[in-house]
Amino acid sequence: MSKQDTDYLDELEAEAIYIMREVAGQFERPALLFSGGKDSICLIHLALKAFRPGKFPFPLVHIDTGHNFPEALKYRDDMVQLINEKLIVRKVEDTIKVKKLQDAKGKFPSRNALQTYTLLDVIEEFEFDSCIGGARRDEEKARAKERIFSVRDEFGQWDPKMQRPELWNIYNGKINKGENVRVFPISNWTELDVWNYIKRENIQLPSIYFTHERECVVTESGQLMSNSEYLQLDATDKLVTKKVRYRTVGDMTCTAAIESEAYKIDDIINEIKEAKISERGATRMDDKISEAAMEDRKKGGYF
Amino acid sequence: MELLRFFTAGNVDDGKSTLIGRLLYDSNSISTDIIETLTKQSKTTGGDTKIDLALLTDGLRAEREQGITIDVAYKYFSTNKRKFIIADTPGHIQYTRNMFTGASNANLAIILVDARNGITDQTKRHSIISAILGIPHVLVCINKMDLVDYSEATYKQIEADYLTFAKQLNLKEVSFIPASALAGDNVVAKSEKMLWYKGKPLLEFLETTEIAELKKTEASRFQVQYIIRPQTDELHDYRGFAGRVVSGVYKKGERVVVLPSGIETTIDKIEVHQKEVEIAETNTPVVLHLKDDVDVSRGNSIVPIAHLPKTNKELTATICWMDSAAFIPGQKILLQQNSFRTKAVVKEVISKIDIHSFAALESDGSMKLNDICKVLIKTAEPISYDSYVDNRGSGAFILINENTNNTIAAGTID
Repeated sequence: MSKQDTDYLDELEAEAIYIMREVAGQFERPALLFSGGKDSICLIHLALKAFRPGKFPFPLVHIDTGHNFPEALKYRDDMVQLINEKLIVRKVEDTIKVKKLQDAKGKFPSRNALQTYTLLDVIEEFEFDSCIGGARRDEEKARAKERIFSVRDEFGQWDPKMQRPELWNIYNGKINKGENVRVFPISNWTELDVWNYIKRENIQLPSIYFTHERECVVTESGQLMSNSEYLQLDATDKLVTKKVRYRTVGDMTCTAAIESEAYKIDDIINEIKEAKISERGATRMDDKISEAAMEDRKKGGYF
Repeated sequence: MELLRFFTAGNVDDGKSTLIGRLLYDSNSISTDIIETLTKQSKTTGGDTKIDLALLTDGLRAEREQGITIDVAYKYFSTNKRKFIIADTPGHIQYTRNMFTGASNANLAIILVDARNGITDQTKRHSIISAILGIPHVLVCINKMDLVDYSEATYKQIEADYLTFAKQLNLKEVSFIPASALAGDNVVAKSEKMLWYKGKPLLEFLETTEIAELKKTEASRFQVQYIIRPQTDELHDYRGFAGRVVSGVYKKGERVVVLPSGIETTIDKIEVHQKEVEIAETNTPVVLHLKDDVDVSRGNSIVPIAHLPKTNKELTATICWMDSAAFIPGQKILLQQNSFRTKAVVKEVISKIDIHSFAALESDGSMKLNDICKVLIKTAEPISYDSYVDNRGSGAFILINENTNNTIAAGTID
């Protein structure tokens, strides 16, 4: 990969840093949503470029579903120590107890929908007026329609028909009390851009993005789900040990592994270039429910 | 590898989404799982092709149900030669404001024309918006050529009609391609059915057309977004002005003025990602340090003494009204130009631009959704700006309703 091949990354990086600095300039109480996944890791890297030698003008917030990969949690804690920034963790487990919510059920109990409650609670608790997230428009077609500054009402709801026009590099973050803005600095990045950027910037990632042996359950549709204490397996389920890696890191219960021998970033980049299946299609069970699954979750306050 | 941002505009049934779908599909940018989903959907909506390519860009449920595009959809694809960001903008008249949104960052416009209908009011509106937004290159894609028997005469007639209309718009460059998005003619591969067309098919055109960027000779502009003050023991006096080089270049040691205060000083140091540099070019995120301890806040401009922008409390501009609520004379609003925001008021609606002829019509002082008007604006604080024609970065602004916080208009300064 020559310098020229990654010229466009400078443009994407500049755009993302500009957006982050607009958040810092326009809002009183921003937060950066950090999961330990590759996209939010890029956000941290971009924030370092945007604000050092100063401190981040926002804390990091992690919504802990209780179903996280231990590798991602370790990475999160190591990162926070390394950059010496504030981390706020709120657990879905606690929200379930306090709000007496029904926990996720089934063989692969996903708390994906439940984490919206915790997110909205943490926004209220700290009176966050903006939350920076690592969502990208190429991930999913409802996301492709969302603004970079996405205004949510006091219930966190996204109204796709009432979005503010967003022009040039001018971001309107004016809101009323109780509302908040979700901000997506890497909206215009693709999965491949993220990996090319990680390579160019030599960004360290949690180990699960690279090939490793893992005990998995094969689902009916052929997806590989990591065995863990959170799964409700039947006697008939067979466990297989495979060489796998993760393309995206969500919950252990709803993120599938892919078979891969890629242990270097270059291998991963080649793998993605050849991949015939989209990132979310390959790995997310939560999007398979219906055609508008993401749109519905966003309307309900999901990030 | 270069990045080309373009947008597509056209009437409701010009086949815009199909064209984008075709570009993505034929350039192998669509994953198999998404094709599977599309095949499923295409059957349920009863499309007349095996895969309804338009469904690729229509991301919202209401769009799929109604078969229309409501909002700008961003799509990404790349070839060996270039990376592309497409803003697919709706043709529906009530969503024209979204076309402004999609077009504002674009280097190229693709305006679709249905070969059966020729130039329509929408074509004119889209072209006028492209002209107002200073889109460097307009490509008129004459689509559905299969439905006019691939007739060269029809194509020539539309081309001539368009050029007659566009003469007054001062578009920088205009090109034409005859195509059929549905059949795949001249989209990725050259059409066998229109051998009379000697130009490039669409994809090749997009891969090779020159990307017009901000001119390097443009005056240097910088606006403060955020002030970095670590206030630690070892960085006690550190006070850096973070922002993006909007245009031109910034050099260490250069004499500059802070606007609107007018205080002169010198650039002491330029940092890019915490490394000191001598020169920073357009679009680079930088931290500037000034020699003197002067008062600088967010939204202030730091510009070279040699090339000052205009700075005053009054400007004339062309604006597109984007709010469903009509303009109320005397209404207090906010004006935002990059990171600068001030209270403002529209003092006068000077004229209304006719979307069919581009002529300035007499105004009755009203402005409603989708109206394009020339206005006089007064601001509470002095604003530093250039004419949009000279500098897209410092000549654009939005208007915000102070009460609803909505973005109600987009403007380009005369």
